[in-house]
Amino acid sequence: MTGLELFWTWVAAFLTLSIYSFLYKDNVFYKIAEHLVVGVSVGYIFTINWFQGLHPYLFHPLAKSGQEPINLLRLIPFFLGLLFLLRISRKYNWLSRFTIALVMGISCGVSIPYTIEARLIEQTKASMIDFTQQPSIWAGICSAIILVGTIATLVFFFFSKEHKGVLGGTARVGIVFIMVGFGASFGYTVMARVSLLIGRLNFLINDWAKGTYHFIFG
Amino acid sequence: MSFAGARLLHISLCVLAGSLVLCGQALCQSAPPDTPPSPATDLVVKDTPDDDGGSVTLSWSLSADDKGGAKDVLSYEIRRSKSPDGPFTTIKKVLKGTSSTTDEKKVENNVDYYYQVVTKDASSETPSAVAGPVRAHVQWFNLGRLNTLLITILYTALLLYFISRAKKGEKLFVRRIAGLDALDEAVGCAPEMGKPALYVPGISTISDVATIASVNILSGVARTVADYDTRLIVPNFDPIVMTVAQEVVREGYMAAGKPEAYREEDVFYVTSSQFPFVAAVDGIMVRERPATNLFIGMFFAESLILAETGASTGAIQIAGTDAIAQLPFFIAACDYTLIGEELYAASAYLSRAPLLLGSLKGQDWMKMFLIGCIFIGLVTLNVGFAGFKSLFDLPLTIFR
Repeated sequence: MTGLELFWTWVAAFLTLSIYSFLYKDNVFYKIAEHLVVGVSVGYIFTINWFQGLHPYLFHPLAKSGQEPINLLRLIPFFLGLLFLLRISRKYNWLSRFTIALVMGISCGVSIPYTIEARLIEQTKASMIDFTQQPSIWAGICSAIILVGTIATLVFFFFSKEHKGVLGGTARVGIVFIMVGFGASFGYTVMARVSLLIGRLNFLINDWAKGTYHFIFG
Repeated sequence: MSFAGARLLHISLCVLAGSLVLCGQALCQSAPPDTPPSPATDLVVKDTPDDDGGSVTLSWSLSADDKGGAKDVLSYEIRRSKSPDGPFTTIKKVLKGTSSTTDEKKVENNVDYYYQVVTKDASSETPSAVAGPVRAHVQWFNLGRLNTLLITILYTALLLYFISRAKKGEKLFVRRIAGLDALDEAVGCAPEMGKPALYVPGISTISDVATIASVNILSGVARTVADYDTRLIVPNFDPIVMTVAQEVVREGYMAAGKPEAYREEDVFYVTSSQFPFVAAVDGIMVRERPATNLFIGMFFAESLILAETGASTGAIQIAGTDAIAQLPFFIAACDYTLIGEELYAASAYLSRAPLLLGSLKGQDWMKMFLIGCIFIGLVTLNVGFAGFKSLFDLPLTIFR
């Protein structure tokens, strides 16, 4: 490890420990790390937006608009983007609503067909299980459990009727399925978080502590 | 030259001649005449269906030497020409065992093309018969997504029908949702404690359904907060969501008759980077000490950090998301959680607006329709008729 690498390792270790110090209570080290990471991330995102958005898709094509007239169409989103900036004007901030309406409309239009396909059509199809084609009795039982869980969960999210009688019983089965699913998901995700902690501890022990020791004592 | 020397020379020449003959025979045995692989057959070329043109689909029967044949086929080469007589140029190569592909390499619409599939082994190749002509076309309608269109039309019709009934004044029942009943109570705590309320509309973009639902709920929350003369802090992850949130909160204050109480600086952009955003919101929670934290929208790995920090400050917390992986954390760390579709129902439940109540009814009827489809599909499939299930294929192939 060179001296410069050691320096940056110390910076990373300091920031890691500063963030972890929040576990004790809010303090000046956490505030330094918090403001630093927010500021750096905003600067980074601005740079990304410039180099991956504005420059290649707007300013660079506009500079070539003499050769390719169709590039002038890019002035339309540019103009709509400028309307956003009018939010800082008290007199003309209402103009930004055109852009907001357009963005909301396009977002809904694009997402609705895909949501219907992924959340309605595919899941309905997957629930149509052919029990005559199951590889084993156990597989058939598992499929039946999934089917009952799917229908009971759908009933739980039925808002037009009070959950009483058969509907209430089915909804209760549904919430049991939901909670079992959440429990499994909780355990799975906690294990993933523990692996993230292990990664950070690995950095602190091997890269920072051991790296510093080897740098000083060889 | 002595007799012995002449004899030695004679023997040497004989050995050399014999060696040459043997070598020649050996060479002939190791290099028999090259036999090219059997050709690919039944080549069919057609315009790729349901696309915007610029694509041709090819299919063929594998060479007899593919997969264990006498001459092991290595690949197939796709060649294209604008004339049946050539010249053919290579477009792409596919591996052995492949019997179909698409050509999307600078295919012009409404131009005749001819194709050949060339079967290749290590040393030789065999072209198939030429297939064509074929033309790529633009299809105006994607029949493969007809079922998506029909379900969207049905869904929209149901929504419009129930909205019109609600607008005519019909009372539409909505069952109790515990998390939403608590919302007013939770927001009402803030003025009593002299503290602000915090509303985090998730960390996704405005195109996310959960974010749109969150913005709807924010509208109701802003009105309630304005009624109570409480400060509402809304940190944002996305600049466009921030712009929408500013409009919604401003309108909420206006609807409550207190436009002067709206503070635009309280609805602000933080950063679009996940964990820096969490660090900032955590800082806000421990410094501003909001009485109520509302985490409503799309969340990812930051959900537990936010909810745990909020719980440590003693705030009343209500969360709502359709992110299945994050719901367990909110359920564990918050007082109330809106699970999945309860989030979408929330704005109707809170406002009782005919438009939203009607749409909620429409959603319920759509669920009933889908449960009915599942039952019909189950019965028909298990008596040996798969036609009904195939109506749900994506892409839909029954019209091809």
